Amino acid sequence: MPTIAIARMELLIARRNMWVFTSLILMGLFSSVLTLAGGAPTGTLGVDPLLIATTSITTLSVYLIPLIGLLLSFDAIAGEAERGTLALSLTYPLSRGEILLGKFLAHLMVLGFAVAVGLALTAGLTIWKYGSADLNYWPLLKLFATSLALGAAFLGIGYTISALAKQTGVASGIVIIVWLICVVLYDLGLLGALVADGGGTFTKVIFPWLLVANPADAFRLINMPADTVSTLASGLGAAGQASGFGPQLASLLLWPVLALTLAWAAFRRVEP
Amino acid sequence: MTVLGIENVSKSYGEVHSVQGVSLNLNAGERVALLGHNGAGKTTLMRMVLGLTPLTSGQIQVLGMPPGSRKARTAIGFLPESVAFHGALTGREQLHHFARLKGVKRSVADDLLERVGLTHAMHRKIRTYSKGMRQRIGLAQALLGQPRLALLDEPTSGLDPISRHEFYDIVDDLAKGGTAVLLSSHALTELESRTDRIAIMSKGHLLANDSLSNLREAARLPIQVRVKATPETADSVAAQLGGTRINGASVSLEVQQEAKVSLLGQITGLGDLVKDIDVTPASLEELYRHYSVAKQEGK
Repeated sequence: MPTIAIARMELLIARRNMWVFTSLILMGLFSSVLTLAGGAPTGTLGVDPLLIATTSITTLSVYLIPLIGLLLSFDAIAGEAERGTLALSLTYPLSRGEILLGKFLAHLMVLGFAVAVGLALTAGLTIWKYGSADLNYWPLLKLFATSLALGAAFLGIGYTISALAKQTGVASGIVIIVWLICVVLYDLGLLGALVADGGGTFTKVIFPWLLVANPADAFRLINMPADTVSTLASGLGAAGQASGFGPQLASLLLWPVLALTLAWAAFRRVEP
Repeated sequence: MTVLGIENVSKSYGEVHSVQGVSLNLNAGERVALLGHNGAGKTTLMRMVLGLTPLTSGQIQVLGMPPGSRKARTAIGFLPESVAFHGALTGREQLHHFARLKGVKRSVADDLLERVGLTHAMHRKIRTYSKGMRQRIGLAQALLGQPRLALLDEPTSGLDPISRHEFYDIVDDLAKGGTAVLLSSHALTELESRTDRIAIMSKGHLLANDSLSNLREAARLPIQVRVKATPETADSVAAQLGGTRINGASVSLEVQQEAKVSLLGQITGLGDLVKDIDVTPASLEELYRHYSVAKQEGK
């Protein structure tokens, strides 16, 4: 299976390039700190401590997971084309789709591993602090699954940029801009439009859909409980719940498919 | 049996015509050298055979299959010019990866590492390799699975003379096993005794495609004969043979193939006046210059 061979080599390279180590430290460190510090304001009140922790981690993951996804993927095609390794790979009997899928599997595994270790630390620390009784693990599992989907979407976006840019230097610049737009500027823009609209048609009809169309926002909405916590954590949260769980999930599932299809289409046009 | 068939193939990038109307066939076990300046179209031609670059017109068949098809790619071993690998991998890991892609046993890859003389360095990262060592890994991956067609683009660049010799030994073995070998090179002298046929490209055109002896005959380049005498006798030798005196004690002459034997007879007739004779047919360099420059100007 060429796809498995590609994935295997990419994993080896990710390990050697310290990508596995870097993402692991990043996710592990932030998850631990947020778990330990995140419970402080609630003390021993009735709120599920795991829910508090996952809410804090969600807020952080919205920034970190797209970033890790883009950093893992921006070099994937442009870098190989630039180094000259792509031309040789393409003379072997395997399709471009298989190459892309192999890289995707490896990078998703790196990302998934980092998120899993981070969330395992969160669970472990919560149990250590509050005991294991009455803990609801569902938010944790939901956070893990949606993190994978969010990561997959941004891996696909990264491959698309990598294939279109053809140079790693250019690709790295574009992914940072795309990251900034998706996780910061998009929300700011919507917020500005909300203020300008002042509760009109845009706020009621268009805004919820625009919010859910961004995978990062869909991820945030799906992992934030619809009560006060979300309002505290994100000014956009409560209003966005108007779109409901279905569209949020659809956004998170469709984005990886769409982004990978785009990446494949762009990769097919690359002449190494 | 025809392994590679190239028929009237052209490639244009807008106004730039990289390859124009090239036809070339390779049979099983044949070693063909593709010569040409930088930008002559050699690499573009190879890339079209590999299916990496689409053809503008014409037709290419690898064992009867279109270039770039999975079967065609399985049949080809390719060594690119200035081959590159991922520096973070060891030589063995990299070759095992290629073996997996080609569906070849990894023990075969290990044997090839030995064949190209890299066993001692196979556990080192490729980034620590010299250019010659990377070239050897490149050759090893091109040999995986005993390809029916080997395309070697500037394969000996970066290799020292001894490695070059070993490299051509491997190419000879490959051809004996029935592989058709197409290799491009700048190092002309080393190709003279190591290939069955020479194809010369210039500015996208195929200018010559024949065995070395036939090319020599057709080019009618003179044979250099150098007769060594002594400082005292050189003048009289030059007067009798009609050549030019050089280096104080030697006489240099140029003859066509058909006049060679009679000239040699004449020289032998001089007896003790002659200390030594060197006969040098037109070198590949001269032939190459003849075909790539003279023929291009004549067009």
